[in-house]
Amino acid sequence: MVHTEGKSKVLYGLYNDDEVLLKAISEANHRHLDIMDVFTPFPVHGLDPLLGLEESRLHQAGFVYGALGTLTAFLGMSWIFTRDWPIIFGGKPYWSVPAFIPITFELTVLFASIGMVVTFYTICGLRPGVVNENLDDRISDDKFCVAFDTTHASDAEVDELNDFFQATGVEEVNTKWI
Amino acid sequence: MSATVSPIREPLIRGSKTYHQITEDLCAPTERTPSAAWVIAFILAVGGLATYAFCLLWTVWNGIGTWDLNRTIGWGWDITNFVWWVGIGHAGTLISAILLIFRQKWRTGVNRAAEAMTIFAVVCAGQFPLIHMGRLWLAFFIFPYPNTRGPLWVNFNSPLLWDVFAISTYFTVSILFWYMGLVPDFATIRDRATGLRRRIYNFLSFGWTGSAKHWQRWEAMALILAGLATPLVLSVHTIVSFDFATSIIPGWHTTIFPPYFVAGAVFSGFAMVQTLMLMTRKILKLEEYITMAHIESMNKVILLTGSIVGVAYLTELFIAWYSGYIYEQFAFYNRVFGPYWWSYFGMMSCNVLSPQIFWSKKMRRSIYVTFVMSIFVNIGMWFERFVIIASTLARDYIPSSWSYYWPTWVEIGLFAGTLGLFFTLYLIFVRVAPVVAIAEVKSILKSSGDQYTPSTRETVGEEAVRKSNLDY
Repeated sequence: MVHTEGKSKVLYGLYNDDEVLLKAISEANHRHLDIMDVFTPFPVHGLDPLLGLEESRLHQAGFVYGALGTLTAFLGMSWIFTRDWPIIFGGKPYWSVPAFIPITFELTVLFASIGMVVTFYTICGLRPGVVNENLDDRISDDKFCVAFDTTHASDAEVDELNDFFQATGVEEVNTKWI
Repeated sequence: MSATVSPIREPLIRGSKTYHQITEDLCAPTERTPSAAWVIAFILAVGGLATYAFCLLWTVWNGIGTWDLNRTIGWGWDITNFVWWVGIGHAGTLISAILLIFRQKWRTGVNRAAEAMTIFAVVCAGQFPLIHMGRLWLAFFIFPYPNTRGPLWVNFNSPLLWDVFAISTYFTVSILFWYMGLVPDFATIRDRATGLRRRIYNFLSFGWTGSAKHWQRWEAMALILAGLATPLVLSVHTIVSFDFATSIIPGWHTTIFPPYFVAGAVFSGFAMVQTLMLMTRKILKLEEYITMAHIESMNKVILLTGSIVGVAYLTELFIAWYSGYIYEQFAFYNRVFGPYWWSYFGMMSCNVLSPQIFWSKKMRRSIYVTFVMSIFVNIGMWFERFVIIASTLARDYIPSSWSYYWPTWVEIGLFAGTLGLFFTLYLIFVRVAPVVAIAEVKSILKSSGDQYTPSTRETVGEEAVRKSNLDY
């Protein structure tokens, strides 16, 4: 007996080709089927609009992190060299702005990169030690998977999904509790 | 689905692959027992690493006095090696970031290994500034942090400190970029494995599922990181060149240094990528993924950057003469005809003259010529840094302090040792991670796989396709 508490019953179909997958998803949209998720071995272009995925806002987060880096570097160096411990180097002014540019640039890039990467892994729920049960091991190889949540689906609804899979050239259809 | 590609473009994936076959081919090197060639190479590399460890301990125990540096020549092989390794570390990010932005599909065959090479080269580069400080255990003084010595801060106006920030940022961003690409590929290996191996690769793959939303974010991330890494890669060697250009030493104090260093870095980086790729594709049997088209593209970059470097060398000579400034003129006369004339001629012949052979398509597509050339360029670029550093310092303003410098066995051992460190890391990498980015190669299969470009056959004829398939 499969332990099902807190899990979803997923009905999924595996397709052999990305172009067949795209056609199938158009058909699913046409039939107003509620797709839970699509899993692919590589980023399939043209998938996002069909699934209605909004553009990622990571770049906005990246801008904020980058700006934080700019401020940290520039204000930090300014404070250190004008307030905390002013030193004259080679007769230059304490607040020698051009000399601060390289480090300001580097910290902008550093903060933006680290911030975005950490955000990316966090919002995707990915980190070392996470075990996400896969629907099928071949998804990371050569299968393109469309999944439906059928935990609370009636038999008629499941039949409708099976119909859809058969009509769109699926390779195999399975059910799994994950 | 597949993007429009010119019908006369050469396929980038040979042998009519399927998605599954790509997985099989690219995971195989991590799954089979290491070959005899790998084991021999690994033993040699670890031997080099041991040499490095010994020479490092010798230096730390006895002090920098074990090197041949003197009061006139304060930088010798140490900084030469540093700049050489950092330069090599430029190709990876150039391939992964700049070529991504330019949508160059051939990057997918070589980006993974080139990025790995970048990281390992920066690891090697980082050794030298740390060792040359003498007291290695105080190396953390270079980072600005509130301390009990005042607090006494580092000098933010110094290009040497800019270098600390540039190199550490570059190293961090390169690792983030590289690992992000590895996550889906580790998931592929995980899904083929069982038992402990599966648990290890699950840990490494961060629980990747391949969900559409994750891929979307992954691609968005890759593009933004590429956008950030592109100015970063240019800034790193620019700042390395500032170490020299902001000084007041004739021969160093020139505005041409930043572009000339960056072009030189890309030049040497691509040469090292070629050296590694030619060996990797042969030993791991990846000739169908790292094809003649990839090699030829990289040779074109080598030709271009080698020529830029050549123009820079000549411009320096011209400007020295044209400046009418005798110290500058002497510095360059000394470079060409001074005590280190042999390194200047080594540099000129390896970096400027020999790459011109790549104007010939036949030479660009010859494995042997490419391999020999890649070694030449690596040697030439090492000479370039040696010329800039040692030959300039050897003849300063006061003739009484003129000097000569020749490395001791410790310095030679340290340099040879970092090659051991580099190859040890690279050889471990090819065993544990896919050398070619699996997911990315799959994504270009339909636009660049040979069976998907039937128009190639129509345009150039069946015979030509068969013939070009023979020489990959």
